Amino acid sequence: MADEALFLLLHNEMVSGVYKSAEQGEVENGRCITKLENMGFRVGQGLIERFTKDTARFKDELDIMKFICKDFWTTVFKKQIDNLRTNHQGIYVLQDNKFRLLTQMSAGKQYLEHASKYLAFTCGLIRGGLSNLGIKSIVTAEVSSMLCVKFQVMIQKL
Amino acid sequence: MAVCVAVIAKENYPLYIRSVPTENELKFHYMVHTSLDVVDEKISALGKALVDQRELYLGLLYPTEDHKVYGYVTNSKVKFVMVVDASNTALRDNEIRSMFRKLHNSYTDVMCNPFYNPGDRIQSRAFDSMVTSMMIQVC
Repeated sequence: MADEALFLLLHNEMVSGVYKSAEQGEVENGRCITKLENMGFRVGQGLIERFTKDTARFKDELDIMKFICKDFWTTVFKKQIDNLRTNHQGIYVLQDNKFRLLTQMSAGKQYLEHASKYLAFTCGLIRGGLSNLGIKSIVTAEVSSMLCVKFQVMIQKL
Repeated sequence: MAVCVAVIAKENYPLYIRSVPTENELKFHYMVHTSLDVVDEKISALGKALVDQRELYLGLLYPTEDHKVYGYVTNSKVKFVMVVDASNTALRDNEIRSMFRKLHNSYTDVMCNPFYNPGDRIQSRAFDSMVTSMMIQVC
């Protein structure tokens, strides 16, 4: 993977680019977040195809989530997910204590409400990866403090 | 050298199917279609003894009088099916595995193409030329 800073800067520009090109009414609607999430979705699909090319077949859902936490996160963000929790009924919480895309912003409460814009792409990334592996899901993110981010994955049973 | 190559999506419709043009193509389409059942059987949890659960290459799916059908499934449940001539005894398992590897690599490239929507038919020329190199050269 190329230098981290490249993706970080590109991602920041992407977020501000999407918001700049949106019309007046759209900024409140949250359509920009959807756009970013859909971008992440498509990228996630392609990435997963590349990363699972050589790995063995997955046994079950938990196996897939563990793969996302370890290999996938390591390849994209150069670290693993710090904490994975599940209720064994289709809800998984992935906790990252030092989310790479937010480390450059101030660690205080100043930008907390804007943080969700920067998490939309990553939510889409996870959703796209899972959908390509055959799992339909909804991914949301919450930021309690600026560095600790929790991604909640809700698997939709058919 | 393959006689027919097919890429089938996880919803079991063909994304790409190409056969040697001289013969009756419908016959190959039927063969690929019937092989899907065998693929499903192999990847289901019931057939534990049949194939190593962790491998992507499925091996010989079924032989017919003139042809042998091989299968391969990716982690995203996309299936590759290859039909070869039964009279071609020189073709070893390793060669078939390497052909599937090449198919998988080209498919990954197609997937990462931003102009390709997952689920559409594959129309990439690079993929086409790679498949041509694998098929029997018929004058």
